[in-house]
Amino acid sequence: MYSKTVMDHFKNPRNVGEMKDPDGVGEVGNPICGDMMKVFIKVRDERIDDIKFLTFGCGAAIAVSSMMTEMAKGKTIDEARNITNKSVADALEGLPKNKLHCSNLGADALQLAIKNYEDRKAGKPVAQEEGQDKHEHIHGGKCQCPYCDADLVGGAEFCANCGQVIEHEH
Amino acid sequence: MGIINLDHISGNPLLPEVQAAMIEAVRTNYGNPSSPHHLGDQAAEALEQARQSVARLINSASPKEIVFTSGGTESINHAIKGVAAAKREQGRHIIASNIEHNSVLKTLRRLMGFGYTVTSVPVDGDGRVNPDDIAKAITDKTILISIMHSNNEIGTIQPIEEIARIAREKKVIFHTDAVTSIGVVPIDVRKLGVDLLSFAANQFHGPAGVGGLYIRKGTSIWPLLDGGAQENNRRAGTENLISIIGMGVAAQLAAKEMGARLNHVKKLRDRLLKGLNEKIDDIYINGHPEHCLPNIVSVSISYIEGESIVLMLEEEGIAVSTRSACASGSLRASHVLSSIGRDWASAQGTLVISFGKDNTEGEIDRFLDVLVTVVQTLRNMSPLYVRAKG
Repeated sequence: MYSKTVMDHFKNPRNVGEMKDPDGVGEVGNPICGDMMKVFIKVRDERIDDIKFLTFGCGAAIAVSSMMTEMAKGKTIDEARNITNKSVADALEGLPKNKLHCSNLGADALQLAIKNYEDRKAGKPVAQEEGQDKHEHIHGGKCQCPYCDADLVGGAEFCANCGQVIEHEH
Repeated sequence: MGIINLDHISGNPLLPEVQAAMIEAVRTNYGNPSSPHHLGDQAAEALEQARQSVARLINSASPKEIVFTSGGTESINHAIKGVAAAKREQGRHIIASNIEHNSVLKTLRRLMGFGYTVTSVPVDGDGRVNPDDIAKAITDKTILISIMHSNNEIGTIQPIEEIARIAREKKVIFHTDAVTSIGVVPIDVRKLGVDLLSFAANQFHGPAGVGGLYIRKGTSIWPLLDGGAQENNRRAGTENLISIIGMGVAAQLAAKEMGARLNHVKKLRDRLLKGLNEKIDDIYINGHPEHCLPNIVSVSISYIEGESIVLMLEEEGIAVSTRSACASGSLRASHVLSSIGRDWASAQGTLVISFGKDNTEGEIDRFLDVLVTVVQTLRNMSPLYVRAKG
């Protein structure tokens, strides 16, 4: 199911742990799937000098966290801004389709940590660092059938295209 | 070191006797049971022999009450859709528990799209249905009650006899999904008093892709598959004879060895529960402590997620299952665990450990040792654990 790179980062995750006196902290959680990530950064001369993570989640979530920290370590803040969920997934040689939704939190957590660092530096009131829930519905107002990707009429019991029973989250 | 299979719910090894019977049948028994010549007769005889073995395993009054199917899913679809079709003029109300297998739940959802209504009966914290809730839910439009014999995630066994009594009094057809129970605990359809009972062979060391539906004589039900006259006109299509022969042998052995197998898995379960409680803190054992299958343990391990536990155990050659959201391909927490009141975080860290006659106490001990290490590794990585333990 997972690529070799994913399994490598899952089995030997890099940069695990809590950081004392971090310069920035970012936490994201997804209440539907249950994945949750917390990222700590130490910044020196506008460069990410050290980075650590804690993750509650599936194999993909742990691998994503580990890969993201590897990619961010040593980068300048500006360079690190370019790290996206997609670039982390690409570096892991892809993730299963149903894990993209679950585990695309790595870069989000990093970007929050960077924002937190900059807010602190600017002396702005720092947004709550714990338990930020950044989960947004991916499909916005429109629902697609998870089996065949056809557009769904709101509240339909079945997909009119493939006949699959549709479970509604909300 | 070989694989330690603690995921018997997903797949049981075929017993050597079952393998031998199937291989022999592949070689010699290729006839069609419906053919009016020697090859057909030989096939028909093997088919009826298997039917008798299965009928004996569940103490059915007659082998004629057994319809062979492609497995538990088909049996359940047949039971529910077949009754819905047969009784549609009388009413369109069906009662089920909210921890039924997806084969039941999704079938009911399908029927809801055709104007049927469903009352979903809740379960208590141990996963048990209260028969009074079912009695209260029955209306003059109720045509079917479907309650599983035991739950495939937490092993809780339901008060089937009581529910059957209520159903009989109110003249409502009662189906039970006994897929995870058959061959594991004694099933006696006459004592239970059910009208319909679904089962599959792979739960009792028979092949996958074959099962059956017990239909008590006199029960109103339509076929699911239309076509030829096979299975007494109840299930069209040439029989999957090789697998049915395998199921027949597996049923014979299950009946014969029931007592010994029960004792064996109970011993393993006790050892496992003792070890889990002694070695790992912040865990919950799911399901009813007494009314439960002896071959399954569902444990929710706080602060960590099930799939990552399964992957790490896999690296050590141990196969277990998780019913948590991410691993099953669905993105929601298990409906069973949320129904018994588990919060999302502990539901995520749930393992379903299931075993059989081929497992040993040594395997349980090895599993426990590895699990302790895996749990600590993942907890050290978990923001929830670090926050809780400071």
